[in-house]
Amino acid sequence: MDFNTKFTPQTWPDHPEQATLEGKNKFVGFWLFLACEIVLFASLFATYLALKNKGPNGMGAEFTTQALFELPLVFVMTMVLLTSSLTSVYAMYHMKNHNFKGTQTWMGITVLLGAVFLGLEIYEFNHYVHLGFNYTHSAFSSAFYTLVGTHGAHVLLGLCWITALIIRNSKRGLNLYNAPKYYVAALYWHFIDVVWVFIFTVVYLMGAM
Amino acid sequence: MAHHGEVVAKTATEFKYAREQRAAGMRMQVVTFALMIFLTLIAFLAVGAGFSFYFVAPVILLLAGVQVVLQLYYFMHMNEREMGLISFFMWSGILVAFITILCFVTIIWWHNAW
Repeated sequence: MDFNTKFTPQTWPDHPEQATLEGKNKFVGFWLFLACEIVLFASLFATYLALKNKGPNGMGAEFTTQALFELPLVFVMTMVLLTSSLTSVYAMYHMKNHNFKGTQTWMGITVLLGAVFLGLEIYEFNHYVHLGFNYTHSAFSSAFYTLVGTHGAHVLLGLCWITALIIRNSKRGLNLYNAPKYYVAALYWHFIDVVWVFIFTVVYLMGAM
Repeated sequence: MAHHGEVVAKTATEFKYAREQRAAGMRMQVVTFALMIFLTLIAFLAVGAGFSFYFVAPVILLLAGVQVVLQLYYFMHMNEREMGLISFFMWSGILVAFITILCFVTIIWWHNAW
């Protein structure tokens, strides 16, 4: 089995993402990267929690979490991102069945949902900035934008990454060269959702109370 | 690259079995997804209902924890065998995350006039 072997659904291995040495290395290395990402986001969450609603004297109460956040928007964003996590599971289901068209389609749907999420986030940030709550407004605003913005940057990177995979492999079909690539991209997308679960809980829900 | 293992075609029975197993696994994933939606709804409703912060905060943090475990163990397949090294990476990361957050929320004060 190597990168150029042509497979049929009957000959496709059960774990195509780990059937080559390179695939195995990618798999383990990517999980190690995700573990490091946990630590990155932990430092941003810790900073946010320490600086939440804090700022220079006379900051006023109009820019506190309670006054700023609107939960209906956050709820829609959460549902969109959670659904995109399921669509990438569907993509991996088709990948394991050696159904290339299914993989591409569901990855495409994942990208669309991710783009909707990112659009809503940009709308939200834009709204806050127009109210006067910009990045340099206070310690709270810097911590908020850095935490939520780093997550948004991950979403943007994921969108570019998965789009590039879909385009670059469009004529190649599934093989052991690209199966690990699709697999780790899906893992990355799930991880983005994992981080968002804590953002909507810790930042928005606990902030709105 | 990696010439270990030859290309082996599954017999008709093996192939049918593997496909059925994957289909069953996918149905399980959809159930997991429904559970995640349900947990999210409870979290938003609990905040909307206007209970005390000290009651709701631990509950929604617990719901978030459960949801993340579902995501890691089902969507990201950490429940499968041979994931020992990966579990070690992830739980080490979670431990460091926990200590970092604990430190920051317990040792930092900010004098604020308003």
